[in-house]
Amino acid sequence: MKRASPSVFLTLLFVLFSSISLHSAFAQTPELPKEPEALLAGIADADFETKARMIDALATSGHPRANIVLDALIAGTLLTTSDGKVVIQAGGNAKTYVDALSGQPVAGLTDDKVSKIGVNNRLRRDLRGLSARLSLMSPSEATRRTAAAGAFSAHDPETLPFIEEALKKESVPPIRQTLEQTRAAIILQMPDASEDDKLAAIALLQARGDRDALSLIVVARDSDSLKLRMAAATAIDSVNASLAYWGVLQNVYYGLSLGSVLLLAGIGLAITFGVMGVINMAHGEMMMLGAYTAFLTQQVLQSMAPWLMEWSLPIAIPAAFLVAGAMGIVLERGIISFLYGRPLETLLATWGISLFMQQGVRTLFGPTNKAVSTPSWMSGAFDIGHLTITYSRLSIIVFSMAILALLMAFLKHTHFGMQMRAVTQNRRMAASMGVRTNWVDALTFGLGSGVAGIAGVALTQIDNVSPNLGQSYIIDSFMVVVFGGVGNLWGTLVGAMTLGVANKLLEPYAGAVVGKIMVLVFIILFIQRRPRGLFALKGRAVEA
Amino acid sequence: MTSTLLGNRSLYLYVTLAGLGVLVPMANLLTPETSPLHLSTYVVTLLGKYMCYALLALALDLVWGYCGILSLGHGAFFALGGYAMGMHLMRMVGPRGVYGNPVLPDFMVFLNYKELPWYWHGFDNFLFAMAMVVLVPGLLAFIFGAFAFRSRVTGVYFSIITQAMTYALMLAFFRNDMGLGGNNGLTDFKDIFGISLQQGATRNAFYVASIVALAAGYAICRAIVTSKLGKVLIAVRDAESRTRFLGYSVEKYKLFVWVVSACLAGVAGALYVPQVGIINPSEFAPASSIEAVIWVAVGGRGTLVGAIIGAVLVNAFKSWFTGAIPELWLFALGGLFVLVTLFLPRGILGLLGRRGAGRQQTSVHAPKARSEGDTQPVKGARA
Repeated sequence: MKRASPSVFLTLLFVLFSSISLHSAFAQTPELPKEPEALLAGIADADFETKARMIDALATSGHPRANIVLDALIAGTLLTTSDGKVVIQAGGNAKTYVDALSGQPVAGLTDDKVSKIGVNNRLRRDLRGLSARLSLMSPSEATRRTAAAGAFSAHDPETLPFIEEALKKESVPPIRQTLEQTRAAIILQMPDASEDDKLAAIALLQARGDRDALSLIVVARDSDSLKLRMAAATAIDSVNASLAYWGVLQNVYYGLSLGSVLLLAGIGLAITFGVMGVINMAHGEMMMLGAYTAFLTQQVLQSMAPWLMEWSLPIAIPAAFLVAGAMGIVLERGIISFLYGRPLETLLATWGISLFMQQGVRTLFGPTNKAVSTPSWMSGAFDIGHLTITYSRLSIIVFSMAILALLMAFLKHTHFGMQMRAVTQNRRMAASMGVRTNWVDALTFGLGSGVAGIAGVALTQIDNVSPNLGQSYIIDSFMVVVFGGVGNLWGTLVGAMTLGVANKLLEPYAGAVVGKIMVLVFIILFIQRRPRGLFALKGRAVEA
Repeated sequence: MTSTLLGNRSLYLYVTLAGLGVLVPMANLLTPETSPLHLSTYVVTLLGKYMCYALLALALDLVWGYCGILSLGHGAFFALGGYAMGMHLMRMVGPRGVYGNPVLPDFMVFLNYKELPWYWHGFDNFLFAMAMVVLVPGLLAFIFGAFAFRSRVTGVYFSIITQAMTYALMLAFFRNDMGLGGNNGLTDFKDIFGISLQQGATRNAFYVASIVALAAGYAICRAIVTSKLGKVLIAVRDAESRTRFLGYSVEKYKLFVWVVSACLAGVAGALYVPQVGIINPSEFAPASSIEAVIWVAVGGRGTLVGAIIGAVLVNAFKSWFTGAIPELWLFALGGLFVLVTLFLPRGILGLLGRRGAGRQQTSVHAPKARSEGDTQPVKGARA
């Protein structure tokens, strides 16, 4: 291969350089009109250099729709018509057009009468900066908030003038704060900023105290000035401490939401185990049944009443309760009632039932995961400090608490609840007093299974709906019941929350699996000390 | 009269096992492949597997049938024995692995281990490995049982924590950091005593070894249950508190039989691994432990022979069924659980030996009495 001589490169470089300087010198010449309408009219035919200046002029013109026009230009929906008008294509597929500056609909336009106004990469970058700047000035508070957050994560030194400009006008405190932090982030990066400015910037970012702030401050650690380095080191420590604190809080929140799931899963088990002394190994499958009921409800609503889709989950809850509850009563009458007094055999029989139900669902619905959609009011999140609270997790927490409260009220204030408690405490005595214990058993089993069905509906929001859904929760829910003690819903609550939070707090240090193993080992050890759980029933009946 | 019946039963079993132990290898090795009497090596290995399952079932029956301890975690002891054997076989691979490392097994080279973890040392010695096959499950059972029985964790509570135990072990063994092959477990074994595991003769040898182990296990269990100690065990099963009040140290009896049972399960696992050629954490899955319980229930618990019959029958049925209509197997297994508990509480042997088996009858029905209240509120109202 022949090597090119250095002189060829030099010549090429020279040609390139001179052409650039020529080009920019040439581009200075034309004078631009001042009015936005006139500016826009010429934009279609201008070269990119002129376009850049036109856009700049448009942005500074203060026209109320300047922002919209710029965004349309980025999105490629700013079009020019054959008779020289500039329009924005509005609807997606419907293709409606509005005048770019007035916003009035333009009738009678079709695809072939318009052509796109082209942009190149440089222009696109300019446009983004201008658009961000315009958004910072936007009259809408929400737009300004988003723009400020965007400016912070970009912290581009070139945007500093806009930020200063925006800060002068901004009156909403949180947006002001973000803008100040953005300014601090930019100042920290600038080599020529004064030491005092930088110190102030570090203090501001330290107050922000999140991971973004940390990565910005870390840069200042390598500064030449001792004072800056010290300030940065202190700030890093402080931010780390605050991050750790919020991290623990976030994990506690995750733990509470996991605990709520465990509570939902365990509560039905606690009821049946408490009243009948029967371990229902098919409990997980009752949850699965509830989850599939939710799936079916959505399918039916989708085809019959799509406007109800938003409320499909609230509709699925009673449906799942009925389906799983009915299944529970059938199982109790058909199989379990023949096995009373033989708890170990009941355990085996219900295990058989669980296998049967898994395979049944697999045969009916197939082995693949089913999608249960999340209603829009359950998606999204909000922040408390640095804590992100997602609506879906929050709904599960609130929901499980509501179910617990409902069940407690039911047990305490209804006739049937009283009978259930009587049978739990002393079956023979209750029978002697005229309680129809087998009737109570059947309904209790139905109630426990129904609650499991409801838990299944909640699980659709955090887990895959598959025939194996129940299997993954059964051991955890047993642990909750064993830990919390039988026949006492407070115990179930404390057990579920403790296990959930312990699991999530151990996870960052030990990893998910080891954390889980540690919790299991802990329970195995715990049960040695308190064989009947945290909140054991006392009295002769239990010790019999 | 009953004792002669039981004695006969043992005799039948020994004769059957001896017959199987002699005839099957003969049919495999001495007959030409075209002969109608010929058994393929595959069948021999399959039968060997059944014998290992039978030994596991026997171990379960010893604790469940005679002491009323329903373990949902015996698969853990089985798997631990299997891992001990697997570790020995792994060390025997030597430099023939894919990476050719003379000491480290392939998966360790793959996971960048620099040296053998401490617990792998000694497994190159066959006798040491065999000691571990018994000691590791035995030690786990001892610690677990000592805690549980001392705190009087009984009945379903005990069953549930045994399930938690095997579940925790499964999670632990799934981890790569455990140094036991993680997900894939231990596999790609080459030979034992320098003889290839793939050879027909080796297969037959393992089959015979499984039969011998099963017979020995049966002899041990028989010795335990027919001794005075066995009577105490049955007393514990039928009325734990009453036995305690009579002055017996119930915990010690339970602990003894529990540890013996775990050791037997470990031996079963150790014989199982070279025959199937792999051991992985799925053996710890709670489902496989419960499946073993149903073998005992099908055969008839508290009979020992029943456990063996149940294990072989259910597994033969499973082999046939999963070959013919695999998608319906869970229906069949689930149905088996329900039907056996509802209609066949004393298993197949209970059905066969209905006449004259007075002792069997009382012993199986006895738990229906108020002694069950040891675990939870009495359900006398409906019994």
